[in-house]
Amino acid sequence: MIAIELLVNFTLLGFLLATALTISRTNKLFHAVMLFGIYSLLTASLFVVLDAVDVAFTEAAVGTCISTVLMLSALSLTGSRSEVTFRRKNPAIAVVVSIALGTALVFGIMDMPEFANPNSPANLHVAPYYLNESYGDIGIPNVVTSVLASYRGYDTLGEVVVIFTAGIGVIALLTGRAFKRKD
Amino acid sequence: MKHHLLLHITAKILIPFILVFALYVQFHGDYGPGGGFQAGVIFGAGFILYGIIFGKNAAMRVVPPKLVYITSALGVLLYTGVGVAGILMGGEFLNYSVLAKDSIAGQHLGILLIELGVGITVTSVMIALFLSFANYRQSDSHTTD
Repeated sequence: MIAIELLVNFTLLGFLLATALTISRTNKLFHAVMLFGIYSLLTASLFVVLDAVDVAFTEAAVGTCISTVLMLSALSLTGSRSEVTFRRKNPAIAVVVSIALGTALVFGIMDMPEFANPNSPANLHVAPYYLNESYGDIGIPNVVTSVLASYRGYDTLGEVVVIFTAGIGVIALLTGRAFKRKD
Repeated sequence: MKHHLLLHITAKILIPFILVFALYVQFHGDYGPGGGFQAGVIFGAGFILYGIIFGKNAAMRVVPPKLVYITSALGVLLYTGVGVAGILMGGEFLNYSVLAKDSIAGQHLGILLIELGVGITVTSVMIALFLSFANYRQSDSHTTD
């Protein structure tokens, strides 16, 4: 069972790495956008492996579908189908910086508690209360919904307002006829 | 993509299932994974698929842009309204326990309503984004005429 999980994880991570490398090497924006869609789909699959199905839903719908469509629309509006050319004077510096940063991050991960460790500090603050008492308080089996909608109702209201505001911003930018008529 | 028969038929088969799945994610969020955000983006994705395959004019006959502008605000208002209703019925802002006779029923009602508000706003904003991008050229040429 663990062997299968490892196999799935490494296959997905391998594909993820291959997609990322291809994105960094492509010089056509259209190809990059489509590859980003594949990258999101692989990330969504990884979320499923991590049992975060709701995050996977969002990643699959937003990352793979909606943002790809919006990026393609932006490409067709700007008409920038020209090739992107990378002119790095000294690629050695970039390689050294990336390897140094990667090594630093790996060292940082070593200090973190083990994945899903019930005794890690993050899981000892309010999480035990939510897990033990939420069914009695709210009567809903899905703790994630209880936390998001009830215990942290303020935060979720803020998130909805952020989405609403972002939407208004884009609508105002792209359909701003009132501003154009003045000049 | 007016003449792609294969895409038309595939989309016609897929879209109803995507929309029903979005509603399932919305209203089953209390018991399974999901909720307003997930349902909103899935519903929006289903509509965007329709818009890509059948063209923006067909999409705007189904959902006019003005409608999504209004509903995107309605979702936020519904959410805040539930919060204010909590104050009016003697509790704190966004305290759902006072919304019904017993605390559990109130929580159920409150969560159902605010998730609906989230779903409405997220769906509307996603559709509004798509329609604003799709209509940009048109509105641009109107002003230069």
